[in-house]
Amino acid sequence: MFGYIVRRLLAACLVLFLVSIVTFTLFFKGPSDPASVLCEDTGGRCTAAELNSIREQMGLNDGLVVNYGRFLKGLVVDREMFYQGEQLCEAPCFGISYATRQPVTPMFIEKWPATVSLVIGAFVLYVIVGLVLGALAARFRGSLFDRMVVGVATFIPAIPYYVLALVAWIVLVLQLSVFPETGYTPLVENPVAWASGLLLPWLILALAYAPVTIRYMRGYMIEALGEDYIRTATAKGVSRRDVVFVHGLRAAIVPMTTILGLDIAILLSGTVFTEFLFEIDGIGWWSINSLGNPIDFPVLNITGTAAAVLIVVGNLLVDLLYAALDPRVRLA
Amino acid sequence: MTATSQQFLEPAPQQKGPVLVVDDLTVRFPTHDGLVEAVTGLSYSVEPGRTLGIVGESGSGKSVSSMAVLGLHDPRSTRISGSIKVNGAEVIGAKESTLRRIRGNEVAMVFQDPLTALHPYFTIGRQIMEAYRLHHDVSKKAAKARAVEMLELVGIPQPDRRVDDFPHQFSGGMRQRAVIAMSLVNNPQLIIADEPTTALDVTVQAQILDLMQRLQKEFNSAIIVVTHDLGVVAEMADEVLVMYGGRAVEFGPTKDVLTRPSMPYTWGLISSVPDVHEHSDQKLIPIPGSPPSLLNPSPGCAFAPRCAHKAKVGGDMCDTELPEFLPLASNPRHLKRCHLVDPEQIYVDEVAPEIFAEDSEKLES
Repeated sequence: MFGYIVRRLLAACLVLFLVSIVTFTLFFKGPSDPASVLCEDTGGRCTAAELNSIREQMGLNDGLVVNYGRFLKGLVVDREMFYQGEQLCEAPCFGISYATRQPVTPMFIEKWPATVSLVIGAFVLYVIVGLVLGALAARFRGSLFDRMVVGVATFIPAIPYYVLALVAWIVLVLQLSVFPETGYTPLVENPVAWASGLLLPWLILALAYAPVTIRYMRGYMIEALGEDYIRTATAKGVSRRDVVFVHGLRAAIVPMTTILGLDIAILLSGTVFTEFLFEIDGIGWWSINSLGNPIDFPVLNITGTAAAVLIVVGNLLVDLLYAALDPRVRLA
Repeated sequence: MTATSQQFLEPAPQQKGPVLVVDDLTVRFPTHDGLVEAVTGLSYSVEPGRTLGIVGESGSGKSVSSMAVLGLHDPRSTRISGSIKVNGAEVIGAKESTLRRIRGNEVAMVFQDPLTALHPYFTIGRQIMEAYRLHHDVSKKAAKARAVEMLELVGIPQPDRRVDDFPHQFSGGMRQRAVIAMSLVNNPQLIIADEPTTALDVTVQAQILDLMQRLQKEFNSAIIVVTHDLGVVAEMADEVLVMYGGRAVEFGPTKDVLTRPSMPYTWGLISSVPDVHEHSDQKLIPIPGSPPSLLNPSPGCAFAPRCAHKAKVGGDMCDTELPEFLPLASNPRHLKRCHLVDPEQIYVDEVAPEIFAEDSEKLES
């Protein structure tokens, strides 16, 4: 078990290393040149000589390998970076944002709690709703309730998410003012404002994710309820309720963890449209804003790396959880 | 096991009449293609301490009828009529609470494949304990002691340790032992074993049959063994019920049915079973054709399209008229559903010599 985790973590490091090489290369060889913008910014005309001197100062002339080496070193030790003057970029350094001219790592740490708050709240909501409705629909398969749940769960994903969220925002916030202004207030600062500002985004995000969860859950429950061991349980005299919600649920929950585990890893790496629409200053909004000219590579670098870490770690956790839930799985 | 056979039973202790009486049971499943008549007009009864073998090929209705005893069919997709009485209590149309009292307590079931019949995520012990605690108000500790005791009884080595194992940690034979332990935990008066050895190795099959017989003596339970294996029937059953196309086609004491079968379908069953002990050169004669569709049963004998002896009846009686289920003239305890006037004689004269032909040639030379 311990050896398995160590091996998986080493493999995870390799994956992250490869991801960072690819991102870095794409940026470095790509069309977006931070130096030219900086050069035009200085006022007056940007001559080839000036541009070259800025590139020289920023170290861009030293080539891909040297720059990547500097980046790696910067992850471990503090680093001096030039972007309109020398700046100290503390380790782990992902560079200095071209837009704000500040190191991106502290900005990431400042913005991520907003995304986490948004995602965890929505996740809790849609997992509860999804599992409960899915299990009940399977229990009463073929009933009016089941058909209504399946109908709604088919209809909602057919609406594009931006339409769903936009309509909800326009109607509920702008026209009816049912919900207060949305936005993010740190939990420790003001718990009431935290919850009220995130309530609508939670509901909308949960509304978008619940249907898929319902349908997976319903499917896995129906599959489980068709198994021979369900018939055995019934033949033993177990009540219908316990047959469904002890024997059936126990089996259906195992594949659900895989789906939900990866869901949350992806959600935590940024919910672009939700954050943008509801003015939540999280990393999804941040990274979409960084796609200007020049592309704010340090921002993309840190949010991209965070996404890769989340997915790799999420996968590992899902596998560990799977082994804990399914006694037949032995990790080796 | 029918009323007629009662006088031949050994006097068993505390005998209070049959454990199970099935009367005119009909099970139908409505489907998109029409009504599937899985079981039609089935009647039988089982006395304490006795074993009834129900034989037939896939789709003959043997499993469907035995599942109906525990009310395991989904009422929304099944139409059941007739009567099933467990210790006098009616099962058909019974309330869920009545069914739950019967299930696992008065009547327990042993299923075909012990790997899929056990929940993969619960330990063997937990599953046995659950069965016990559903019908006994005892602590978990007492239930666990009972589970260990049951595992020991069915011959699981180190039961106090193996009780915490999961089903996948058991071998096939051990899993079936565990399933038997689970079915016996409440001392049921009737055990329905639905193909209990089909999924097992031959060597293990014998052990399991042996175990079931030993435990039957100990607990004086009645057993219904549902199977397509005549070997199992010969080994276990006091009486045999042969089913074809959802109906009983032959019934009688095991010895009579196996030595003097009186229905062409039973002949077919016997001639398709190899006998490795006595007739190693015996010819295996498969029954031609395939089982009948249960969607639109013909008005005549369900076996008629595959029957080689139809011509002996004369006319088209086999195709148009359903034979009644009647006792043989020579033996009132032996019933058959066949238009042939003297099927016993045909078996002795024509069928048996053909099955054992090479053997008798050898004996002659």
